[in-house]
Amino acid sequence: MITSRTEVVVGRVLLLLALALTLLPLLNMASAALQPAEVNPRGLSWPSDPQWGNFVTAFETGHVWRLMGSSLLIVLGVVPAALLIATLAGYALGSLRVRGGGAVLLFLVLGLTIPFEALIIPLYYQAEALGTLNTRWAVILPLIGLFMPFSVFWMRAHFVNVPPELSEAARVDGAGLWQEFRRIQLPLATPALSALAILLFLWTWNQFLLPVVLIDDPLNRTAAGALTFFQGQYSLSIPLLNAGALIVITPVIIVFLIFQRQFVKALLQGAVKS
Amino acid sequence: MIRAGAHRRAAVRRNTARGWLLLLPALAAYVGFVVWPLGMGIQYSFFDWNGVGPATWVGLDNYASVFGDPELLGSIRNAFVLIVFFTVIPVTVGLVLATLIRSLRSGAFSRASQTILFLPQVIPLAAAGIAWSWMYAQTGAVNEILGRLGLDGLTRPWLADYDTALPAVGLIGSWVLTGLCTVLLLTGIGKIDRSLYEAVRLDGAGWWREFFTITLPGLRQEIAVLVTISIIAALSSFDIIYTSTQGGPGRATLVPGISIYRIGFTQSDVGLASAFGIVLMILVLACVLPIQRLARVRDR
Repeated sequence: MITSRTEVVVGRVLLLLALALTLLPLLNMASAALQPAEVNPRGLSWPSDPQWGNFVTAFETGHVWRLMGSSLLIVLGVVPAALLIATLAGYALGSLRVRGGGAVLLFLVLGLTIPFEALIIPLYYQAEALGTLNTRWAVILPLIGLFMPFSVFWMRAHFVNVPPELSEAARVDGAGLWQEFRRIQLPLATPALSALAILLFLWTWNQFLLPVVLIDDPLNRTAAGALTFFQGQYSLSIPLLNAGALIVITPVIIVFLIFQRQFVKALLQGAVKS
Repeated sequence: MIRAGAHRRAAVRRNTARGWLLLLPALAAYVGFVVWPLGMGIQYSFFDWNGVGPATWVGLDNYASVFGDPELLGSIRNAFVLIVFFTVIPVTVGLVLATLIRSLRSGAFSRASQTILFLPQVIPLAAAGIAWSWMYAQTGAVNEILGRLGLDGLTRPWLADYDTALPAVGLIGSWVLTGLCTVLLLTGIGKIDRSLYEAVRLDGAGWWREFFTITLPGLRQEIAVLVTISIIAALSSFDIIYTSTQGGPGRATLVPGISIYRIGFTQSDVGLASAFGIVLMILVLACVLPIQRLARVRDR
């Protein structure tokens, strides 16, 4: 490839600038979190005497264990169920190609652009009627439904590309539908499934509107939803607020760093498919 | 022949019956928690209801209020202003960055930069709101940097100032979305045929002509996707604003999501909040559908 020297230099400089701007707010949170809890800190200065104890204080007074446990319960309620039913539906639409499947797909795709804000009022009264208001079910059940358009679409896209000869061969061998699904389709679907699992985990963990509206006790919400609780609790201490917020976002960052290749791929594919 | 056809038809019928059985759970979840609430929302929007007492039919009055109330119109206007920050800035910066760094060898540095650029996409938006509230605070990093550059005259509490609050909140969205745009566009550029670039360069074309004749047309699908996602994010923003300004100061950063939340749960005007929700949904569709059509037509 032909590229001029100036282009390379300008590119590098701009990239470094973009990286610095991306990291600045996060590092700035860390520097605030390490300053004395009772003093109003100044931005951009790394404390000479880092108060690591702030993290301990925020961890304890913020009930972080309970919060993480609560988020985990919500994730466990949403992700496996959504994966399972989206896989079944994706298989029916993509591989079995049931009659009327096109209409079903269109019906689901219409749901892709509905903003959660447009549904939040009725979801509140629905949860009230179902008796799930202020329990984690109030968030878990709607999230499964709200994730369906994307998840079914995603799994269908996988199953459509599996060559039909594979399932025909299995059927000639006398395998039933279930056996064929389990022995042949499921192993092939693992990459698509794990990418979807990562996305659903991220979207559930970071979900804010639903838990804030539907669960009044912040400690029963998702980690993101509980950030409002920190804002109330630490309204007088910027260092503790930042320490708490950093603790809450650490799990997603760790998961991201471990699975980053899958993450980037999943998010990019997710973007393109939606 | 006839019998084989009958067999196949029977098999198709069996497949269809099983297939619908497999579709059932997904459809039930979707209908139960998306379609049904949507129907309820449409129904509420025609009533005056405080959430507990009796509801009175008011026809289209709630919709008239959405378009007649300057506060609500203002929040719609703010949402459209946010498109500049959520869509125009990230896609433009992403395009510039992606074209400039496409020559970067895929090594440890380029992998690390991808990871870093992606970070804002991974953390909760609510946390981005908290991080940036601190950046924008009176003693925060933004004012500190301005002070060190000798621009003390510009320092202010950015989120509390009527003139700067909306752009400041918008720039949080730019921060979140620019990384996603850059990385997606980089992947897109990677798919463009290398020989095309060599050809225009041999033709003596400069950076600009190369950009407009090769890069931009080659990326139209990626751009359509990013514009769609980010417009939805702008129009239905909630998390960032809830944790940074709550719509304030005054109504300077009020957006539809915050308005719906306030009207529905603080003011208990369920009908009006529902009507606003439906209006928001239609606004999103009205913005997103033409982009989809445009992208599809250009593909041919």
